[in-house]
Amino acid sequence: MRRITAWRRRPWAGYAVVLAALAAIGAIYAGFSPQTGRAEAEGTAAAAQDLGNGKQLFNKNCASCHGLNAEGTKDAKGKPIAPSLIGVGAASVDFQVSTGRMPAMNPGAQMPRKEPIPPFDTSIKTDYEEKEKREAAEKQKAQAEKNLADLRAYISSLGNGPDVPPASAVDPKTGDVALGGKLFRTNCAQCHNFTGQGGALTGGKYAPPLNNSDVTPTQIYEAMLTGPQAMPVFNDTTLTPKDKQAIIAYLVQTREEPNPGGNGLGRIGPVSEGLAGWLIGIGLLVLAAMWITAKKPKKLKKP
Amino acid sequence: MSQTTAPQSVDASLNWLDDRLGSTTFMKRNLKKVFPDHWSFMLGEIALYSFIILLLTGTFLTLWFQPSMQEVVYNGSYTKLNGVKMSQAYASTLEISFDVRGGLLMRQIHHWAAVLFMASILAHMLRVFFTGAYRKPRELNWLIGIGMFTLGMLEGLFGYSLPDDLLSGTGLRITQGVTESIPLVGTYLYMFLFGGEFPGQDIVPRLFTIHVLLIPGLILGMVTAHMMIMWHQKHTAMPVKNQTEQQVYGYPFYPVFMAKTGAYFLFTFGVLALMGAFVQINPIWLFGPYDPGAISAGSQPDWYMGVLEGALRIMPNWEISAWGHTVSFNVLIPATVPLGIIFTGAAVWPFVEAWVTGDKRHHNVNTRPRNAPVRTATGMAAVTFYGMLWIAGANDVLADKFHLSMFGITWFFRVGIFIGPYLAFVITKRICLGLQRKDANIIGHGEESGIIMMSPDGRYSERHEPAREEKRVTILSKENTRPEAPAKDARGIPAPGSKGPLGHLRSRLNRAWTFDDIPVEEHEHGEHGEGGHGGVEGRESRPLSR
Repeated sequence: MRRITAWRRRPWAGYAVVLAALAAIGAIYAGFSPQTGRAEAEGTAAAAQDLGNGKQLFNKNCASCHGLNAEGTKDAKGKPIAPSLIGVGAASVDFQVSTGRMPAMNPGAQMPRKEPIPPFDTSIKTDYEEKEKREAAEKQKAQAEKNLADLRAYISSLGNGPDVPPASAVDPKTGDVALGGKLFRTNCAQCHNFTGQGGALTGGKYAPPLNNSDVTPTQIYEAMLTGPQAMPVFNDTTLTPKDKQAIIAYLVQTREEPNPGGNGLGRIGPVSEGLAGWLIGIGLLVLAAMWITAKKPKKLKKP
Repeated sequence: MSQTTAPQSVDASLNWLDDRLGSTTFMKRNLKKVFPDHWSFMLGEIALYSFIILLLTGTFLTLWFQPSMQEVVYNGSYTKLNGVKMSQAYASTLEISFDVRGGLLMRQIHHWAAVLFMASILAHMLRVFFTGAYRKPRELNWLIGIGMFTLGMLEGLFGYSLPDDLLSGTGLRITQGVTESIPLVGTYLYMFLFGGEFPGQDIVPRLFTIHVLLIPGLILGMVTAHMMIMWHQKHTAMPVKNQTEQQVYGYPFYPVFMAKTGAYFLFTFGVLALMGAFVQINPIWLFGPYDPGAISAGSQPDWYMGVLEGALRIMPNWEISAWGHTVSFNVLIPATVPLGIIFTGAAVWPFVEAWVTGDKRHHNVNTRPRNAPVRTATGMAAVTFYGMLWIAGANDVLADKFHLSMFGITWFFRVGIFIGPYLAFVITKRICLGLQRKDANIIGHGEESGIIMMSPDGRYSERHEPAREEKRVTILSKENTRPEAPAKDARGIPAPGSKGPLGHLRSRLNRAWTFDDIPVEEHEHGEHGEGGHGGVEGRESRPLSR
């Protein structure tokens, strides 16, 4: 205590207090902020189709915006609130629901990716030690997969649309990476950035990042096929299934590739590089300059 | 020059040299030259040492780099690009990165050194500006510095354009647009520069020659001139104890300063080597080869071109067409006006200041920024202007990472570049004057000692003590302004230098420069408040809280 009292009037005391306060705020914030971890979604396991269950799920979760017959709704001025789902197809349903974008919670410029609601959450944890817990979780997961399949079947029954791609069409290991890189830079990078880190669009919209491992190859394929939200549709004549697989191969293999040059600085280009140059480079050298030009400090006066 | 005598070791080695070269007087004079000591004097040295490292690593890179736009099909170590058509320049950069031993490290050190070179020049220029070190007799070195910064921008632009990757091609595309936007001659200039339609075969070899030969040569010459002039004029010093206008107070070049600056070279090299080893920069293999039909989100230039990028991004789309000619103000204005204001303003500032203040004396001791409020405030206004344009260059990254509206950001900066500098000027000037008042208070009444006194009638007050000698010297380095001679003397004859419209302008500017100056001086009978005598000290008395 006596030592702190003596240090209180040192020239650097003010800086030390500010630093300590910032560290404390950071620690408290980290403690309170919600943790968002997510396991890989397994999307498309086979489940028996049950149109009745699909319709029930639709009425419960979707009809309030999309209308009881999925015909879409408009507000009083004729501005669409939600689009018609007749003919959007199973791929669209699978993409929107398995990424948690639908059912939407809070209409805004763009629906964010989030945890799917419990009846459709196919990514829940099942590797519990206790038998009962594990069985309950496995049951819940199977039910979620069945629910999703039923909902897809119900929407498909209203009008045909693109189907969920088979696992062989989205396998990132068999795609042509070089072709995929070329196609990605030509068609996707202008919004999603050259390694799929995401980017800003106008009007509060954005191209979401594709670099997290929870963006599954199936979801990438479905997004290209159905063009959700601000994204254009890349149908099979624009990008053939082989092209789509090549793009998936490029994205997945690039995001799994380590950075040979050290820390990748978020792979967003020169903005973070400039920041690092100023903060780390100039920062360290200024500290070094202060050190080698420092006067030998006089000893603390005994009070 | 200082009176410091050299230690025995110095004299011995000087004698050795003298026996062979007969240069005692020259060596004695120069080896014992005194350098003042302050951390901010080292900022320019970062630039010097980064430049040396740039030359060394750059030479290494030229051994493998092929400045050619010849189309090749890649088949190398980075298998994700196998079978892709690209230019020889891009392919050889991939080769340097993945197949040459230590190639990627050298590339990264080279690029980081370029980033630090420009950053340290800017930091150094800010230090020079805010301490008034550009004043007579050092205006020439200030101009050389601005020239080097400008050349450095070009050098950097040409350098990162060489690998012909997607990002650098985008930068060249903007360079082409800017060249084309010059009225009347733009198209001819662009064809002359690129040797035909964009991108053509010629641009990379041409940029290569300029990048490795012409501009480094120019910069090297300017660095030499800069150093020789500095050596001749002696470095400015901070207003510390023992420092006078006539005599530099510090350490002799040999051995103290030489050891320090040698160590600092090693520091610079070390930091650059660390960054080159552990922080990835310009991953051209991820950008892919340049293709005029492709672009990536977040396509920004290196930081020193960011101010131009920002100006371009927030510029409204103005364009006029007359008599079959289009003038693209939407490109021309952002490319020329903002940096034109900053560089021209910086270049003429020393002369304008000397004209306004009428100060034609030599200055070897720096001013504390607070003691020249108008200069400091103008500098901060320029920093704000530059900084806002710079940040605006990253508008899409900001919008994406902080979930902001892109148009909102753009409009914020469109308004901000006009209001921001004004606010910065006013606020900075107020802060400077506040600090002057605080200085006046310390000299007039002493410093708070942290010792609480109790008077016989039970009142508490804090004892004030005179400031330490070093602090007093620094504070008293302020030059209080003298009232300028009245515009007209008693007989109605105008003072010289205030005649005519220019003279009026000058005296008005002079008044603006000096009118709110707060005198900081010692009183004849300085009373150091011992507490308990009302008045000013009364304010300081407060109840004891413990």
